[in-house]
Amino acid sequence: MSIEVRGITKGYGDFVALDDVNVSIPTGQLTALLGPSGGGKSTLLRIIAGLEVADAGSVQIEGVDATSLPPQRRNVGFVFQHYAAFKHMTVAKNVAFGLEIRKRPKPEIKQRVDELLELVHLSQFAHRLPSQLSGGQRQRMALARALAVEPKVLLLDEPFGALDAKVRKELRDWLRRLHDEVHVTTVFVTHDQEEALEVADEIVVINEGRIEQVGTPEQLYDEPANDFVMGFLGEVTTLGDHLIRPHDITVHTTEQAGAVRGEIVRALRIGFEVRLFVRPAGAADEGADVVVTLTRTFARSLGLEVGTAVWLAPETGARVVPVRRGSAGVLSDETPVSTEKGATAAV
Amino acid sequence: MADSTYTRRRRGPVTVVLRVLVIAYLFMLVIWPVSLVADRAFRPAGLAEGGFGPFLERLTEPGTVYAFNLTLTVAFWAVLINTVFGVGISLLLVRYRFWGRRTLSVLIDLPLSVSPVVVGLALVLAYSSARGWFGGFLESIGFAVIFSTPGLVMATAFVCLPLVIREIVPVLEEVGTDAEEAARSLGANGRQTFWRITLPAIKWALVYGVVLTAARALGEFGAVKIVSQGAEFNGETATLLVENRYSNFDEASAYAVALVLVLISIIALVVVTYLRPKEDRP
Repeated sequence: MSIEVRGITKGYGDFVALDDVNVSIPTGQLTALLGPSGGGKSTLLRIIAGLEVADAGSVQIEGVDATSLPPQRRNVGFVFQHYAAFKHMTVAKNVAFGLEIRKRPKPEIKQRVDELLELVHLSQFAHRLPSQLSGGQRQRMALARALAVEPKVLLLDEPFGALDAKVRKELRDWLRRLHDEVHVTTVFVTHDQEEALEVADEIVVINEGRIEQVGTPEQLYDEPANDFVMGFLGEVTTLGDHLIRPHDITVHTTEQAGAVRGEIVRALRIGFEVRLFVRPAGAADEGADVVVTLTRTFARSLGLEVGTAVWLAPETGARVVPVRRGSAGVLSDETPVSTEKGATAAV
Repeated sequence: MADSTYTRRRRGPVTVVLRVLVIAYLFMLVIWPVSLVADRAFRPAGLAEGGFGPFLERLTEPGTVYAFNLTLTVAFWAVLINTVFGVGISLLLVRYRFWGRRTLSVLIDLPLSVSPVVVGLALVLAYSSARGWFGGFLESIGFAVIFSTPGLVMATAFVCLPLVIREIVPVLEEVGTDAEEAARSLGANGRQTFWRITLPAIKWALVYGVVLTAARALGEFGAVKIVSQGAEFNGETATLLVENRYSNFDEASAYAVALVLVLISIIALVVVTYLRPKEDRP
């Protein structure tokens, strides 16, 4: 195990950011810390980097107890959401910074910087200032800068959070390929479940300062430990007493044993997908509506439209999780907790 | 940013009236009186001759040279002290949260609101020989603060204290801690981070603050008046010389030195105007 986090607790005044967190992060893999804003994932990353001091607990990096080491002696690379570029230095100087601090010989620095700029496809921008780069290029520069010092672990704090959707997707693919080339133990923080599912080898789900579940993307998606994980890793809807993914519901137009009867109150078409809002018989308002997604072809073959009576049942083999009473709010993507920014600014 | 510099292009009667008012106000209050000083500096008055030659002579007589020397010495030390402490205090105010931080922030603005004369009086009370906490000790080693150059430096530094800090603090707040934290994670220690990352980021604000401090230090009168003997060759700074000569009917010298002080301020303003756009660079 590359990083061992034991019993880490951190609070800001009354707000508990992390509550007795234990986690092991495997060597050479790409691990995502996933959770809603304010859930404590960035705080955990900053504690691993030494940029924040925990109230209790210990951090081991590659078998060395790093709990009381200052950040400059932990040998970790850190990449910030807003790039943290050294604005007054050229791209090459930015990348060389860590090596110059370590007083490496000039030719070695030059060679290493050239290699890294090649790796992040920024060779032709070596003599530009960061302000002359796009957001995606700046973040690649920040990555090269972090990799320059050959860190034991690479930590990325919402690395693509400040980029627009298209660049974000490109960089995500690029990070995955880069990791397959470089193999450095990497931990990245994200609140975007799609990003985590697509890029990570392993996902740690963090919410309200606690770890909800650790596992591969498949494990988390297929066997969520609780309703929070299920809700956070994809769309969910309530069918009867269970949470279920909207595409795991079968729609019948005739009565079925054990199926929930309802009426289609709204239908949305998004590309190939049709999203139906079905109000169960006896339900009063839209709060109880069941969301069902199916392909356009299938919806058309059944002749489904607003007002049609339908019977809904879980598909065979579908994963369902019992509803925790009184905790329905946890299921939305926008969990109402104080923002992460506010929490770190209070230090 | 194009949208933030939007100005009204329409030229109606209001624009014209406003413009005339502003120009008239500035002219009556600033431009006209100051230009009279320039005029007087070169004009014959009583026994004194007019013209550029006599003007230069008045500036190069030993008393005047001494005064300018003293003013520059005092300004130099005041700027140096305020630069070092200004950067330190700014870092403390922005980067650390501690008990009494707001009080400290208010205290730093005090010199701006307190009359310099009061500053001078306070320093005399605290640092005169045989008075205050260090009076006896200072007297025993024969080191005079009040009525000597250190007192002038202290008074000037006190009066100029907020200028550097108030320039740096907003810039430090704006640049945030990301770059500094990145430098730390790349292996830089505190000193390296300060010299390589923090200082370059606040460089222009610091230069601006230093120029303002220098301009203010050269022109300081009230506090200096109290803590200085104020006699020729004995603690007479340029501003004190202007006042002394003026009240001793040597108006020609007073105007000559006054004009030089005005010119220095104008040069400082030009330097600052030249530096300003660079501050806005991304």
